[in-house]
Amino acid sequence: MNIPYTVEERPDTGLYNAKLGIWLFLASEVMLFGGLFSAYVFLRFGAPEGAFHEWGKELNIPLATINTMILISSSVTMVMSWASLKLKDFKKYKFYMGITLLCALGFLVIKYLEYTAKFDHHIYPSTNTFYAIYFTLTGLHGLHIIGGMVVLFYLWMPGSKMWHSKPEQFTNRIETVGLYWHFVDLVWIFLFPILYLL
Amino acid sequence: MTSGHDTADIKNHIKVYMMVFAALAFLTIITVAASYLDLSSGEAIFLALAIASIKGSLVASYFMHLISERALITWILMLTAGFFFILMFIPMASLIDQARLG
Amino acid sequence: MSEHTHHEESFFRKYIWSTDHKIIGLQYGFTALFFLLVGFSLMMVMRWQLAYPETPIPFVGSLFGEDGLLLPDIYNSLGAMHGTIMIFLGIVPLAVGAFGNYLVPLQIGAPDMAFPKLNAASYWSYLVGGLVMMSSFFTEEGAARSGWTSYPPLANIEFGQTIWLIGMIFLITSSLLGSMNIITTIVQLRAPGLTWMRLPFFVWAQFVTSFLLVLAFPPLEAAAVLQLMDRVVGTSFFLPSGLVVAGEVMEVSGGGSPLLWQHLFWFLAHPEVYVLILPAMGVVSEVIANNTRKPLWGYNSLVFAAVFLGFMSFIVWAHHMFLTGMGTTMSAFFQTTTMIISIPSVIILSALFISLWGASIRFNTPMLFALAFLPMFGIGGLTGLPLGFAAADIYLHDTYYVIGHFHYVVAPGTIFGLFAGIYYWYPKITGRKMNELLGKIHFWPSLLFMNGIFMPMFIQGLAGVSRRLWDGGLEYAHAAGVLHWNEFMSISAWLLGLAQIPFIFNVFYSLRSGEKVDNNPWQATTLEWEAPSPPLPHVNFEKLPEVHREPYEYSVPGRNRDYTPQTEPKKDQY
Ligand code: HEM
Ligand SMILES: [Cu+2]
Repeated sequence: MNIPYTVEERPDTGLYNAKLGIWLFLASEVMLFGGLFSAYVFLRFGAPEGAFHEWGKELNIPLATINTMILISSSVTMVMSWASLKLKDFKKYKFYMGITLLCALGFLVIKYLEYTAKFDHHIYPSTNTFYAIYFTLTGLHGLHIIGGMVVLFYLWMPGSKMWHSKPEQFTNRIETVGLYWHFVDLVWIFLFPILYLL
Repeated sequence: MTSGHDTADIKNHIKVYMMVFAALAFLTIITVAASYLDLSSGEAIFLALAIASIKGSLVASYFMHLISERALITWILMLTAGFFFILMFIPMASLIDQARLG
Repeated sequence: MSEHTHHEESFFRKYIWSTDHKIIGLQYGFTALFFLLVGFSLMMVMRWQLAYPETPIPFVGSLFGEDGLLLPDIYNSLGAMHGTIMIFLGIVPLAVGAFGNYLVPLQIGAPDMAFPKLNAASYWSYLVGGLVMMSSFFTEEGAARSGWTSYPPLANIEFGQTIWLIGMIFLITSSLLGSMNIITTIVQLRAPGLTWMRLPFFVWAQFVTSFLLVLAFPPLEAAAVLQLMDRVVGTSFFLPSGLVVAGEVMEVSGGGSPLLWQHLFWFLAHPEVYVLILPAMGVVSEVIANNTRKPLWGYNSLVFAAVFLGFMSFIVWAHHMFLTGMGTTMSAFFQTTTMIISIPSVIILSALFISLWGASIRFNTPMLFALAFLPMFGIGGLTGLPLGFAAADIYLHDTYYVIGHFHYVVAPGTIFGLFAGIYYWYPKITGRKMNELLGKIHFWPSLLFMNGIFMPMFIQGLAGVSRRLWDGGLEYAHAAGVLHWNEFMSISAWLLGLAQIPFIFNVFYSLRSGEKVDNNPWQATTLEWEAPSPPLPHVNFEKLPEVHREPYEYSVPGRNRDYTPQTEPKKDQY
């Protein structure tokens, strides 16, 4: 059985199935983080004047800035790995994908350092509502990174065999997983100022 | 956006990606720097969110190709964005309304 | 048949770990019907306590303790789980998982769903979520007991809630996977010629429903994560400072807000009620068009009403929160949007009623259920209007009136709609019709007893009797005059249970002994009837169909048959 439009685009919508699928998934992700951002706004508003800002001062801005840079870089290497496939340069694909994974790993290591530093100072999610939402948001974001890494690793190593049999479909896969990856980056772009800077 | 690229096209894209990368890095530095300025909290929030929005739209438009994506996707995202803002602001508005009553 | 499948699949691949949308649809269907029965059984037990407070429960009493009494804690568990099971494990999986899965690809002329593996994952995630929920009955803490709405602070501190939250996360994941799949399928896999305005209304209903699920469920997932954090790592998202529990101030950091939960919860849960009703409206439209032998009246307005309904359902949620002290501006806003959203509901209902006008109606079992749906949904919807006015709701909120309102919509409404669908599409699934006599024996008592249960709830509610009371309101003087209805309602409920026996029997009996029928026993126009019965594994159609017409060309003057399938080419195309 063949399901139509798994690889080629449907003429009237101009999309292949997975492209629409991933965007719908991202739409639901927007609403998931929307719920959490809404909680952030609600709690910040309900807290004593300036409390969130005060509580947030314990966070490590330099580390978070580095992490922002890392994640942005990983987004660039991600899109480069897709462009490499478009240029039929499989070696470069492997290279860029490898760097993307490395960046992701670096991000998690720094996050780990940040978390343990907080715990060492006896700051936990239960400390106050700011840290509650801080740990929840960054934790969930971290889970997204980990989930993404699993898929990226698969497409980097075992799954990349597909390039030799079905190059078009493989390129589509990289494009869709790339969309997810950029989205995770995009979430961080907003998390960074609201948690660390404000 | 997905098919029918020729090589020159992609090479052009890559140039754009590099420029976007530079812009993102630059804006990150700006937003961190701004947080050390002595702004009122309202101004700080506005500035930080404005910068984040610019960065976000750069990522969405270029890395995620939204700038040349099909109308259907754009419509779905606009719908989502609408509900996102409703979800964001109505609960807060209810707090304000409550506070107004004292 | 086997020439279409390239290789014979093992039993396991074919029926258990299947990626065929039809098998997955049936898996969803049977699981959901089973859960509906479980949820209903819980309620039958609770109704004993309400009818005969503090007397031992017959037959099953020993399950609830040595003396067979239903204690308040257990009563609360049963109530919370009844609501949860009915909505999240029963109706939504039946309406979207089963009906959507089985029929959408067939009605749009597709070989399968767009993502067959995700489809299977969606079912398995649903099953795991269901089993997690059910497992909570057997834990030491017992099942959740804070209502299906799980309001904090109660839900933050009550037993059993943690498992409930974990179960919900699985169920939400399942719904998300399923609904993304349905949208993609409808957008991408429509047969050639099947333009948007040629889609059967059922497909439109599933389309809008799926959008509601994709966009409204995630905030509840977020809320579930927050509540889980509260319970497991001790955050205070929903706990205010200085909360006193059992005479002592709770030792938490505080600063949270129970209202936050209500916003996030109802942001899902109001769209959710349209998730419950829209698919049923879709089913009923198909059945009515077919059995009136007329095109649906106002197909376009039906479609636009459904889309508008979906859109509006995102901005009415706080009509569930009028009594939280939201403030008058907010109340006025939500009161207005609530009144606006009743307009499309009325349009849909009116269009369906007008469709009956002047028709020579075939009164078969599916049509009976579809016909009953109309007034029952009408009662449910109309009783919603007073609830939508903040002033009236102050009195009616949290009374049995609310219970009556939404059960009219969901029970004799949605469930009847889905019954209509089961009787209507059974021949497509099995190649045989369900027994008509048994169908009627199922229908008439069900209609009677449904009303016997829910009509008195309005009376009790208007007298001010609160919902969720273990003793049904015995301690309140204002309830004294209406409590005698409890026995009547309970007996109706048990009889309603009995009335389902012919249905259950019919489903299995007709598998072997039902009247054998051809591919299109109802002389219908839509695409699913072009496929063999049952449709071919994995490909559905012998040859993928092409569409040339509107969905409901019934009784078009000048044609030699009273129906023209969507696949029939128009004359001028020869
Ligand atoms: C047609 C117009 C409708 C209006 C104006 C309406 C209005 C309302 C209002 C204002 C409430 C809150 C009452 C309270 O808690 O005090 C309510 C409760 C409810 N409605 Fe409706 N409704 C409508 C249709 C529906 C439909 C179609 C469904 C479901 C299929 C539905 C299901 C529910 C449920 C489940 C609740 C109670 C939830 C709970 O508190 O446990 N309603 N309705
Ligand atoms: Cu509502």
